Parts: sequence; C-alpha cells; structure tokens
Amino acid sequence: MPLHITGAADPALIELPWDVPLEAWPEEHIAALPRGLSRHVVRFVRHGDGVIAVKETNAEIAHREFTMLRELQRMEAPCVHPVAVVSGRTSASGEPLSAALITEHLAYSLPYRALFSQGLRRATLKRLVGALSVLLVRLHLLGFYWGDVSLSNALFRRDASEFSAYLVDAETGDMHARLTDGQRETDLDIATTNITGELLDLQASEDLDESVDPFDIGARLEKRYRELWSALTETSTHTSNIRMRIAERVRQLNDLGFDLDEIDMEETEDGTAVTIRPKVVDAGFHQRRLMRLTGLDVQENQARRLLNDLDEYRAWRDQPDQDEAHAAHEWLTTMFEPTVRAVPRGLRGKLEPAQVYHEVLDHRWYLAEAADHDVPLPVATASYVKNILPTKDDEQAVLGRSIAEMTAELPALTEEHGTEYAARDPYANDNTYAWGRVPEPDESEPPTVRRSSTRIPVRNAPVVPGRDRERATADAPPSPPSEPTAE
Amino acid sequence: MASVTYDKASRIYPGTERPAVDSLDLEIADGEFLVLVGPSGCGKSTSLRMLAGLEDIDQGAIWVGDRDVTHVQPKDRDIAMVFQSYALYPHMTVADNMGFALKIAKVDKAEIRQRVEAAAKILDLTEYLDRKPKALSGGQRQRVAMGRAIVRQPQVFLMDEPLSNLDAKLRVQTRTQIAALQRRLGTTTVYVTHDQVEALTMGDRIAVLKDGVLQQVGSPRDMYDAPANVFVAGFIGSPAMNIGTYQVFDGQAQVGRAKVDLAREAVSALKAEDKNHVVLGFRPESLDRVAPNTDGAIPIEVDVVEELGSDAFVYGEVPNEFGGAEDVHFAAGDSQMIVRIDPRDVPGKGDTVWVKIREGEQHVFSAATGERLSSEVHTDASATHKA
Repeated sequence: MPLHITGAADPALIELPWDVPLEAWPEEHIAALPRGLSRHVVRFVRHGDGVIAVKETNAEIAHREFTMLRELQRMEAPCVHPVAVVSGRTSASGEPLSAALITEHLAYSLPYRALFSQGLRRATLKRLVGALSVLLVRLHLLGFYWGDVSLSNALFRRDASEFSAYLVDAETGDMHARLTDGQRETDLDIATTNITGELLDLQASEDLDESVDPFDIGARLEKRYRELWSALTETSTHTSNIRMRIAERVRQLNDLGFDLDEIDMEETEDGTAVTIRPKVVDAGFHQRRLMRLTGLDVQENQARRLLNDLDEYRAWRDQPDQDEAHAAHEWLTTMFEPTVRAVPRGLRGKLEPAQVYHEVLDHRWYLAEAADHDVPLPVATASYVKNILPTKDDEQAVLGRSIAEMTAELPALTEEHGTEYAARDPYANDNTYAWGRVPEPDESEPPTVRRSSTRIPVRNAPVVPGRDRERATADAPPSPPSEPTAE
Repeated sequence: MASVTYDKASRIYPGTERPAVDSLDLEIADGEFLVLVGPSGCGKSTSLRMLAGLEDIDQGAIWVGDRDVTHVQPKDRDIAMVFQSYALYPHMTVADNMGFALKIAKVDKAEIRQRVEAAAKILDLTEYLDRKPKALSGGQRQRVAMGRAIVRQPQVFLMDEPLSNLDAKLRVQTRTQIAALQRRLGTTTVYVTHDQVEALTMGDRIAVLKDGVLQQVGSPRDMYDAPANVFVAGFIGSPAMNIGTYQVFDGQAQVGRAKVDLAREAVSALKAEDKNHVVLGFRPESLDRVAPNTDGAIPIEVDVVEELGSDAFVYGEVPNEFGGAEDVHFAAGDSQMIVRIDPRDVPGKGDTVWVKIREGEQHVFSAATGERLSSEVHTDASATHKA
C-alpha cells in the first residue's frame, strides 16, 4: 500500500521522514517538549512554524481516533485538534511501519508530570483533579464516553489560578447521542482507579510528597464530578416564584462557567408545582462574554478574572452611563494591551498573554499588601516583568534541547538534584500498557546526560523588602486573592 | 463464579427503530468461555456492554447467577471488564500494580496480599511480585495487567476485542494465553471479536450475531459442521465455504454442467416458496478430484493456486456455458470456487480440474429462508488427499 495522508490540506506533511520509525526520527525534526506517559511512541515534531504531535498506532485505531477528535472539535470540546492520519508507511527496505496520527501541539499545555516536576503543591494537585472533573463533565454532556480517563490522557493549561484540562487520547472513546448512567459511572470508576494509580506511582518515584493521600485525591474527583453534574442536570421542583427560581438557576450555572441554552419546564401532574430541568448547557460562559466584549479568546477562568478586572475598571471610572462595550474597549486599550506589550519579546514564550495579565494582577496585590497602599498597574507590571517572569519556565514550547533529554522522562530537576542527572531507564518511563507491544528490557546502562540549565522552581510571591524576612520562616506564601473557586 | 443469562434482552437506541440487539436469549454456563462473533454492526459489542452495564437494557433482563442485574450499576454487578489498555505503573512493584485498585474498594490489606499472591501463582509471577515492571518481559507485563482483573475475583470477565491493537504474530500468541488462563481460572468469560478464527480457537461455545439477532450458538465444531443458516455457513470457516443457489431437477442440483445428487432429507424438506431452488454449500476440503466423466463431477477452471505447504487451495471458476449457473454466488466472490487439493499434485493456471462433493458433506439450505435443510456434516479431513 502506498503512503497515504488523510486530513489537513498541508502538502508539507509529506516531506516528513515517514519511511523511518518514529523512535528513530532525526533530531532536527524533533521538538523537545514535555511529554506525558503513553502506550504508543509519541514525538513532538517541528513542522513549519509550529509543532505537531505524532503518535504511532495501527491504521484502524488512528482513523477512528482522528474521526472522533474531529467530531469533538466540531462540538467545541476541549481536546487536541487532529491534523491527519498517515498510513501505508514502509521503511526504505520495504518493511511496513505503523500508521501515525498527527495532532496539533496545544500551545502552553503541560502534561501532569511536568507540573509535578516543578515542585507541586497540594493545592495545585487539587486543581488538576478539579480541571479533570470539569473536562469529564463537559465530555459527558456532549455524549462522549472516554473509556480511559486519566491524568496521562489529558493536558493541562494554566487558566488564571486554576487549570483547564484538554483531552489528548480519544482512542478508547465512543460518541453517543446521550450517555447512559452506566457509561458515566464506568468512566468515573476508571478515572478514580487511574488517578489513584498515577499518584501512587509518583509517590513511589518520590515525585509526590508522602503526606498526600492518593486515595483521597481519587475520591475527590468523583465528588467534584457528581457535584458539578447534578448542578448542571438536576431537576428541581418549585411551587411558587418560578421566575425567580429560574433566574437563580441560571445564575448558579453561570457561576460554574456554564450557559443555559435550553430549559425544560413542566407542571407536575396535580398542577401545583413546576419542575425545571436544564436541557442544553454550554461551557464557556465567561469565555464567550469576554470574547463578545473584547475579542479576546482566552480560557474560562482567565476570562472570569479579566471580566472582574474589567468590572472593577468600570466601577472605578465611575461613568455609570457608559455602555459595557465601550468601557471594555477602553479597558482593552489602556489596561490589558499595554500590560501584555510590556513583556519583552524574549520572555513572551513563558506564559500566555491572558495568564501574564492574571499574574500581574496577583503581583499587584502582593505589592499593595506590602506597601500598604494601592500600586498602579504599570508599576506592578514593571516589577513583575523584572522580578517574576524571568524565573518562570518557558511553557509555550520548550524547543531546542537534546534528543537524549527529551526522550528521557521529564526530570524532576530541582536544586537538590543538581545539574547532572542520569536519564532514567526508558523502560521505566513508558507507561507500559498491557496489550501493546513491549520491547524487552535492554541490559546496557542508560546514557548520562549533562544539563547546563537547571529548572528554577516557580515562586509566585515577589521579593519585597520588609516582608521577606517573615516569609523566610513561613513555609508557604499566602495565596493571592484569586477568584473564588468552586472547591 | 456464576452463569449469565440474557432473557429476551433488547437495546433500542433513542431515535432508532431497529433494535441494536433484538430479544437476545442466551445462557452462558458457569465457567464457560463464550465468544460473541459477527461482522461489524451486528450487536456483539452492544450485547457485551449491556452485560457490563454500559448500555441500558430497554426490554428483557440480564441475570448473573440468580441475580437480576438489569438495573444494577456497573460496579455492583461483580463483573470485570478486561481492558486492552491497562496501564502498568513503572515505579510501583508488580504486587502493588496488581493490588492497588482493591485498596480503593476498601479491601483489607491481608486479603489484598493473599489475593495478589494467588493471582501471581496462576500467572507464574510469584517470584516477580516485589520487582518493578521494567524487570519483566513483554509477556509477563501482559500477565500483570490480567492480574489486575483477576484479583478482583469477579463472577464474570468481559473482553471486547482485546487483541485488536496487536500485530498478527502477537495476536496468535496472546489468544492462546488468554484461552489457557481462562481454563485455569475457570471464571465465566464473555469475549467479543469480529474474527471468526479467534472465535473458533478460543471459545467453548460461539454465538454468531447479525443485525442484532442471534443466528446460532454452539461449539466451534457445531458451527463448522452444522451452520444453522446461510449466513453462519459463509461466516465461519477460512477459507470460506463455497455457497451457491442452484435449480433442483429430480433431487439433483444443477451446478454448471454437473448434476449433483442432493441429500434425500434436504430435498424432501423443500417447500413451495423455494421454487425448486436450493442453496448448496460445500467446504473447500469436502471436494475430491475425480475423472472428468464421473457422475456429479463439477469442472473448475483454475485461476490461482495458493500453496501453503501442508495444503494447497485452488481458486477457480465454474464455466458458465450451461444453464442453471447464472444464480451462482459464492462467498469467495462471484462464481469463484475454492478447492483444497493435494499440495503434491498441483494443477497449473488455466487447467480444468473436476471435483465431486464427498458423500454426506453437503450443506443444503432453503433458497427462500436460508435455513438449514440437511443434517450435520462430518468432514473427513484425511479423505482430501486420497484423490
């Protein structure tokens, strides 16, 4: 069978070295990005101006997953975007090679293992699990049964003080008109088991503190899922003041970040009460509002944060008769854009613009607390760009590292590990899936890689004279005043 | 362990008229390995998922042992779905990999250890329990993953195409291992595949489905020797059975220029709606090469000879110069016929060989209903090479 590429209209795809097994692709093609665990060979590949993710699997599975991701993308589900399927690959000597699924690399996304290697705090772990439960609810609302819910099969993006989760592996999934309770329960059961297993494994490799209880976190996902699911779908019965009840319900959904598109109202048989059931709910309530007002396309919690700042801006301007759209435009040009533009080119790959703005707001709060008076945004921005942003990891796309480093598992490089680390045994890294083909362990010693750069752990709090003396003794910095979370 | 009973169980997807699974009646004995097989869209996976609790049972019921599980949540059904993609955690010991899920279910520590050890014994993994997965070979890692399902000690194992992402060689190895393991465990197992070879080699019994309807259930031998209808006849067996529709004159079917004597019981079972036609099937190994002038000899023009060493198959056509053959449709392709022949005496392309269906090896079906009319066939495999 000749080489066959189905998908995006991108002729340059055919120039990639499809006659070479992915494991052996030349280094010039490979982009070193944090990878998650996968049962397949997965590589990030430089392509044009961007980066694509290539996964080797059999042709049937690749086509199925491609179609599934297409469908999810069409429904605006949070998932990676499929690019193409490559089948009919043969090596130069004529040996058949696995088919490949190509997806876009999700900019600024991180696999959970990358987050753990940055010295994960317990609160962050809870946020990850929270993000995954939101993702699961959103997918279930769309009728998608995942079949293999896990931290490994999702990617995370910073979303203000929360995380947003994106589906990356749809291989085991199925699309239905409506999910049965049994399908949802099974997904939840699988999620709990997988997350618990993943955290136990992190503890076994000493990447997660012993004091965290994986069983507790696993159970937490289920609890968060059930809360959100019932808030979004539950039927409520009311005898009076129906109008207010509906408004209340809508507001409750909006607070959770959802829009109510359709509602079912039904009088009870005896006619004394009315039941209300949300019929169609859409995620991204704040996201859409911000988009409408400013044209900014950001994630849900970032949008919430920006909208709050916008509201504050309007209140502070004290022009109650000015319409919202007008104020939004002013806010965009006088607050948001100058702040984002203040980031020097060299630091722009660190965080998304909306995330930078969110962090500047947090930073301003710290400064104001220390100074005991209000700090103007330009001052806070300058301080943030000078003191905080340079210490962050580059999260847009960490390009240009050596291949040995990128094929090794993400190192948990912190000060105590020093600058030298032995690449872990690759067999210890692959999340060995049972029915996949597994290479036999290699007897030879793994290579030792020298790293010139050491990752610097993220510190949210800036260095402020007069405050840091107390800070040095305290273990954890106080949390910045972020938006109330649904915890 | 327990039996499983589908009692007129149906699944009708909202907005569709035809049930995806239509009144399935099936009893699976305690300890049995049952394979659900059929082409894609036949309802085999849906049937399995109904038992797993993933699909609603819209009509009828499903029982596990003496418990009606129709409305029971999946995790309370005491059933384990064995996934094709179990993760093994690289930093945890083999024992922890196998046992940690029990801890979520709040099983007592000593009990977990005991179950893990019992499973490891069955899986030949005892000496690896305190090692990490990386110390294991590929096959051993697969067994660890199986161990995760085994330690749950479910009443029933469910497997949905577990071998679909393996390459051909590993698939053959793994299917043997799964079948052997199931026999050692003695746990009732329901297994779904689209591959009839997998079904024949693994199952104690096979259930063939088509369009949501159960066609036949029986041992691999039953399915091969006495397919209940034309569909099963064409589906089970590789290479496929030769099947064609022929006119009947005086108890003989007109196959090309040959007149083939039909079994008497089959002819007497013909009804008016069959309009003097039968569907006649015969397996490639049920044909003997004979002299051209023999009674009932069917001429076949050789297109291709496939030599497999132990066997050889002729793929050929029945010449169409005489009446009665226009209806011929063979499973292998239009008017194509497959004959197993002695690999030491192979005809060339374009040659004509004459073959005769061996006595008692005809599968006769009603042309109107497709139902079987003749009795069971006992293929005498050794006879093939006599001619």
